[in-house]
Amino acid sequence: MTSDDEVALRVRALESLLLEKGLVEAPAIDEIIDLFENRLGPQNGARVVARAWSDPAFKDRLLSNPTDAIVELGFEAVQGEDMVVVENTAAVHNIVVCTLCSCFPWATMGLPPVWYKSAPYRARAASDPRGVLVEFGTNIAAEAEVRVWDSNAELRYMVLPERPAGTDGMSEDELMALVTRDSMIGVTRALDVGGEVAP
Amino acid sequence: MNGIHDLGGMHGLGPIVREENEPTFHDEWEGKALALARIGLAGGHFNLDEFRHAMEKIPPVEYLSISYYERWLEGTIAMLVEKGVLDAGEIEARMKDLS
Repeated sequence: MTSDDEVALRVRALESLLLEKGLVEAPAIDEIIDLFENRLGPQNGARVVARAWSDPAFKDRLLSNPTDAIVELGFEAVQGEDMVVVENTAAVHNIVVCTLCSCFPWATMGLPPVWYKSAPYRARAASDPRGVLVEFGTNIAAEAEVRVWDSNAELRYMVLPERPAGTDGMSEDELMALVTRDSMIGVTRALDVGGEVAP
Repeated sequence: MNGIHDLGGMHGLGPIVREENEPTFHDEWEGKALALARIGLAGGHFNLDEFRHAMEKIPPVEYLSISYYERWLEGTIAMLVEKGVLDAGEIEARMKDLS
């Protein structure tokens, strides 16, 4: 393994060569970094989920035509052009993986966490999803079906988690706070009404 | 092509390690590696399938031992050399100049 310093130097070398050749402009690099650090992220997906929990007509559109429903809320980005939204219920629990690399719905969730891109998750989500769910502290009833969705370059999956019990009177903004990145990957449930991870 | 990237179902890779409050990028170079790859794609120097294939061609032991954004960096450099945008050895020479 190369040291971090050496990798950083290699990136600087690439950057300086591309700048010198006029193939890259410095502001474009900053713009891309800002996009991923500040504008794309699970807060966008949380808005989508909270809206679906609050507005049945939107939920119908989200499940039947996800890409357009998400754009409706203003979330549009590369790697989100063709979205599939799968709904978790008491009978069916969905989880998302990218066994080949790291495909993820950038428009609604930004960049994936390191564990999602790691070899152990990519390997085991496909062969032992129930074991992976237990590792994340999520207990799924034996009689419930677990479905695994393997993302690819063309299709990006997002889970619509189950709306937690006891949240009937909550506003969309309050509901948003219960929607975590992991719950939209499907490895956990949405937070419970007290804001705790629900088993 | 099957290869080391085709990890679905593989045994023996250990527990899933999670990080609390993970930052988007762990170091400045990670963001730059991603940005330079995106710019290479946007500039039409290579397409996404070629880029992915370049990462999948990284030798298996190296593929598993380097970090995610190192794979992006190596994929980008391999593509730019293959497409004639960079000469082989140009990166190493520049690294020497900068160090």
